[in-house]
Amino acid sequence: MIDEDFTKSLLKKHSYLSQRDSIDWFTVECPDKEIVSFTKSMRDDEGFEMLIDLTAIDHGEGEESRFSTVIHLYSLVHRGYVRIHSLCLDNDNPSMPSVAEIYPAANWHERETFDMFGIRFLDHPNLKRILMWDEYPYYPLRKEFPLAGIDTPLPAADVVEVTKASVEPAPMMGGPFVSSNSGPMSDSEPRAKDESWTERKEKPL
Amino acid sequence: MSTTTKEISIGDIGSRGAEANSKLEGDRMALNVGPSHPTTHGVLRLIMELNGDLIEKCEPVLGYLHRGDEKIAENMTYNQFVPYTDRLDYLAPLSNNVAYALTVEKLANLEVPPRCQAIRVLVCEMARISSHLLGMGVFGMDAGAWTPFMYTFTEREKLYTLFEELTGARFTTSYTRIGGVARDVPDGWLAKVEKFVDQLPKAIGEVEKLLTRNRIFLDRTEGIGEISKEDALAYGLTGPNLRAAGIDLDLRKDKPYSGYEQYDFDVPIGTRGDCYDRYLVRIEEVIQSIRIIKQVIKDFPTGAWYAEDAKKIFAPPKEKIMNSMEELIQNFMIVTEGPQIPAGEVYFEAENPKGALGFYVVSKGGGVPYRMKIRAPSFCNLSILEKLAPGHFLSDITVILGSLDFVMGECDR
Repeated sequence: MIDEDFTKSLLKKHSYLSQRDSIDWFTVECPDKEIVSFTKSMRDDEGFEMLIDLTAIDHGEGEESRFSTVIHLYSLVHRGYVRIHSLCLDNDNPSMPSVAEIYPAANWHERETFDMFGIRFLDHPNLKRILMWDEYPYYPLRKEFPLAGIDTPLPAADVVEVTKASVEPAPMMGGPFVSSNSGPMSDSEPRAKDESWTERKEKPL
Repeated sequence: MSTTTKEISIGDIGSRGAEANSKLEGDRMALNVGPSHPTTHGVLRLIMELNGDLIEKCEPVLGYLHRGDEKIAENMTYNQFVPYTDRLDYLAPLSNNVAYALTVEKLANLEVPPRCQAIRVLVCEMARISSHLLGMGVFGMDAGAWTPFMYTFTEREKLYTLFEELTGARFTTSYTRIGGVARDVPDGWLAKVEKFVDQLPKAIGEVEKLLTRNRIFLDRTEGIGEISKEDALAYGLTGPNLRAAGIDLDLRKDKPYSGYEQYDFDVPIGTRGDCYDRYLVRIEEVIQSIRIIKQVIKDFPTGAWYAEDAKKIFAPPKEKIMNSMEELIQNFMIVTEGPQIPAGEVYFEAENPKGALGFYVVSKGGGVPYRMKIRAPSFCNLSILEKLAPGHFLSDITVILGSLDFVMGECDR
């Protein structure tokens, strides 16, 4: 069980941690430079043998710290999870120390996070895209990336030469439809949240 | 929308694979398997370096089925995303539906009534049986035994008929809603399920007779693809693959959800963590699922099958909408604006047939999630392949992949 005794002693042991309110699992905020030593001690001293999940959140372009990573650890001893938030300090070139050395499971999760958000994981053994192709120029889960996609050249130059084809964005006319719950009623008709390209607006260039 | 058809001719793509050969030293050969190959159970691609028949390096290439589910989730209401969960692990869509609904309900601090919980446990276990039946069948095929597949598929077909009667669809069930399920179980359906599980052990016995003590099957699977306890944990394996390695982790026991704590069942674990253990664990899990299903049906709770106090979250059933103004407005708001979920973050995992399917949802309030991460068990289970495959013969890779029982729909999302 992850009880108050455990969380208190953990916070005492690692003074750089700060606890965050959470409705489910014990959640801490850990500075990025401490993340490697903290996860190592979680694995070796506290019995958190499994890194269940590693991902990132894009808090939006205007935010002071735009990106943060979230790690979920699971312990067979405590039969419970711990969530670790870390802020990426640089908004333009976000980076985070890699924990793939400590938890091999993080290897692919970090590649995916790099692929989707453009967060570089320092000292990662093989940091390249995993779901998109290697030459793909965008980071699709960033908030400014449109749901419809962006016109992108195909990865193989010789194929492009013959086909003159590219990856085309998909128009959003078909939804998904959501109505906003603010503003006048006349605007609250359900429509696609991403309206960069609909029957009313031209395809963005 | 107009469509265009282009006819194109391009050079020999296979020659690109040959190019990789020239980079290797000595007699080594580069071999590309997939993305479209029967062994890879979907669109997994493997780039291997072979020394004779021996695999020296294996690099899985993913993403051929990437649809951007997480991006899509950020752009639609919670209920609109339910059909997308069908398409994660498309061999057990009902378990995905349930895992997703439970996550959002946890964020909304919503408790569903016992009948709804029982329905969910029932469909989860039926989905587990269906997924394992397919897993066992194709695993036999991968090892060269074609016949068991016919037996397991016959049984799976019966399950799909039951799913169709319950949800209206065989494959893409979209059965759960936030705060309940799409409809109550039809009259007489439970009796049909009971009849099905009563005759299932006989069919499983027939598969076992064909495979479990089959000399050829044993030779091909025993000691192949051994995963140690340490590796299984380090690579974040879950589900039968982890338990076959000897680790007792089943979220239905450790973190019971949806009323699993009421049911009596055993968690099979393996000893060696090889392909054969993974097969045995799946067989036993089917038997245990039958036990759970029987217990659920025996004490099937009466009462509401959706959370009646879930205002602004669960759209009331049709007959209420038609007869009451209040309910009509509620339905309208839920359909257009989505179920109103409070701000916060939540991570929930359910024990799915393939492993722990996790959803991490960050909400800023309203009907649309701000961020949703899907922790796909197949993605994590495959990550061990880079370590597991080297040292095996090329012919073993089919057996190893079959025993890991992954689904690319969920892996690539």
